[in-house]
Amino acid sequence: MQDRAREFAVAETLDGGKPIKESRDFDVPMAAAHFFYHAGWADKLGYITPGRTLAPLGVVGQIIPWNFPLLMLAWKIAPALATGNTVVLKPAETTSITALKFASILQDAGLPPGVVNFVTGAGETGSAVVNHPLAAKIAFTGSTHVGKAIQRALAGTGKRLTLELGGKAANIVFEDAPLDQAVEGIVNGIFFNQGHVCCAGSRLLVQESIADKILAKLKVRLKSLRTGDPLDKNTDIGAINSQAQLDRITELVTSGIHEGAEIYQPNCTLPEKGFYFPPTLFSNVSQSHRVAREEIFGPVLSILTFRTPEEAVEKANNTHYGLSAGVWTDKGSRILKMSTELKAGVVWANTFNKFDPASPFGGYKESGFGREGGKQGLLDYAQLI
Amino acid sequence: MLKITKTPKCYVGGGFIRSESGRVAPLSDASGTFFANIPLCSRKDLRNAVEAAAKAGPGWAARNAYNRGQILYRLAEMLEARAAEMADAILLGGGDRAQADREVRATVERVVHYAGWTDKYQALLGSVNPVSSPHFNFTVTEPMGIIGMVAPDEVPLLGLLSLVLPAITSGNTVVALASTTQPYPSILLGEILATSDLPGGVVNLLTGQRGELIPTFATHAHLRGLAAVADLEERKILQIGAADSVKRLKLISTETPTDWFSEKLQGLYEIRDHLEAKTTWHPIGA
Repeated sequence: MQDRAREFAVAETLDGGKPIKESRDFDVPMAAAHFFYHAGWADKLGYITPGRTLAPLGVVGQIIPWNFPLLMLAWKIAPALATGNTVVLKPAETTSITALKFASILQDAGLPPGVVNFVTGAGETGSAVVNHPLAAKIAFTGSTHVGKAIQRALAGTGKRLTLELGGKAANIVFEDAPLDQAVEGIVNGIFFNQGHVCCAGSRLLVQESIADKILAKLKVRLKSLRTGDPLDKNTDIGAINSQAQLDRITELVTSGIHEGAEIYQPNCTLPEKGFYFPPTLFSNVSQSHRVAREEIFGPVLSILTFRTPEEAVEKANNTHYGLSAGVWTDKGSRILKMSTELKAGVVWANTFNKFDPASPFGGYKESGFGREGGKQGLLDYAQLI
Repeated sequence: MLKITKTPKCYVGGGFIRSESGRVAPLSDASGTFFANIPLCSRKDLRNAVEAAAKAGPGWAARNAYNRGQILYRLAEMLEARAAEMADAILLGGGDRAQADREVRATVERVVHYAGWTDKYQALLGSVNPVSSPHFNFTVTEPMGIIGMVAPDEVPLLGLLSLVLPAITSGNTVVALASTTQPYPSILLGEILATSDLPGGVVNLLTGQRGELIPTFATHAHLRGLAAVADLEERKILQIGAADSVKRLKLISTETPTDWFSEKLQGLYEIRDHLEAKTTWHPIGA
């Protein structure tokens, strides 16, 4: 994969619309790193579960979304193979190209036929994967709505299930935070991959005393973001993945305006052809607004304020989701306190949207269950004997 | 001397309750003689118990691990002190005394086993993760919250506590439906819990009909997880209902017999079933 990194980066960007600098510097190298990391586990599984032995489950059905096609493929396939399972994976119908190209890498690598299998298609194909009687486990990354439907569909089958679903992450900025770094973290948190990120920091919670200052800095920063041609290496925000997703973003942004939040979009010229949405801020957002409650999955940030750490925790946890959260403060003890109280599977303190194969990823509450990455992730692909 | 008959009550929120519905079901001993009326808890009782568990949750989870361990050990002492009485309670459902004694003994040992886990599981299930960027990255486990439980009908004490103990070891709170056919040991267990140092509301024990309560266990949105010993139809109901709030499920089938005495049914990985993993990142730098 590393040998063919350029080819895969271009394919990923052409297919899904993400900026080439992200597919080149993040998606492809991180996908390769996931395989390398998990390959090393294959002969060390005995160290993961002291006192017990790990055994494969059998055939694992996997369904992945369109936001990180190759990376999600790696997150799914690598731990499944390291623990000795075989795989049937369905990529998203709008982004199947890199999965099919990846099949040729598996051939070159000499993986025995049948160990990894790809089936392309939309929901009907997905439900064939989920409902196949031979599947011992289903691993799904995607919307909470579909995740719930899968959990229902598996009732009574005894199949195992892991779900990595939606999110509405709070990114919490305290007044003592290094503000310029925080602004970069906020921007990266919501505009990375056009905001097509389940763990996107889509709810900014700013301490009241610095709210105006942060908003002013954000507005300046947004003016310098380039939205446009995904294949241009200077592009910060690429194309929205599909017309359907663009419609959903537009609908939610319209609701934000109607519900009384204050919108800011920098003056930027969007390409005439294709699906684009400018980086968008909503200030004066209250917790009941749809833009503060629903996952937008687009480059739209909702800004709320708080006064005390307790209020920040309460607001941050006031969601059905629980995938990730961010905390910005200079105070170490506060970071540990916040990290303890936030109901989220990943907490980024003075950073955001960082990923690593060694670092378990996954949610609390309706953001799903199970972890991907680290020794914890392997346990979800094995049975204890 | 006139025999004082007992009115068994369920242990909820640290107190003893009758069902709000006022309903009871007669319980007979193994020879068929009337023994007592057992509360037939309603869906409302279940919701009240979840509220009690919610109140107790943050405080219990915030206890330090050493303290939780000491409290569990004290629970073992309290159970041991009433071992003969508990064996009598189990004998109401039939079987012989040696079997009943063995079940009580195994349960006491299981409580002691978990008492020792409270300050150790974290070191085995958590990790410091060597990420490639300049960040300090670590994973800790946390309790999920309130876990709903449906105990097996057989082995009414050991089965029930084998579900409850791993959940409370890490700071979860529990609402459990005891054996429908042999509920009395859970009534006695409630009295024992009340004299242990376990804070009220951490373990809430209901008696009643599985068929009535399982749908509410499945759909109650404040239950973050379920652990149930259930038949195929019940497992379907539990999982379909659980999907609405993406509950974590631990379902043990009744179709294949479970050896509750087995040491494989206790320990680290049972504790893990009721934990979330949380990973925190922080940059390393000046």
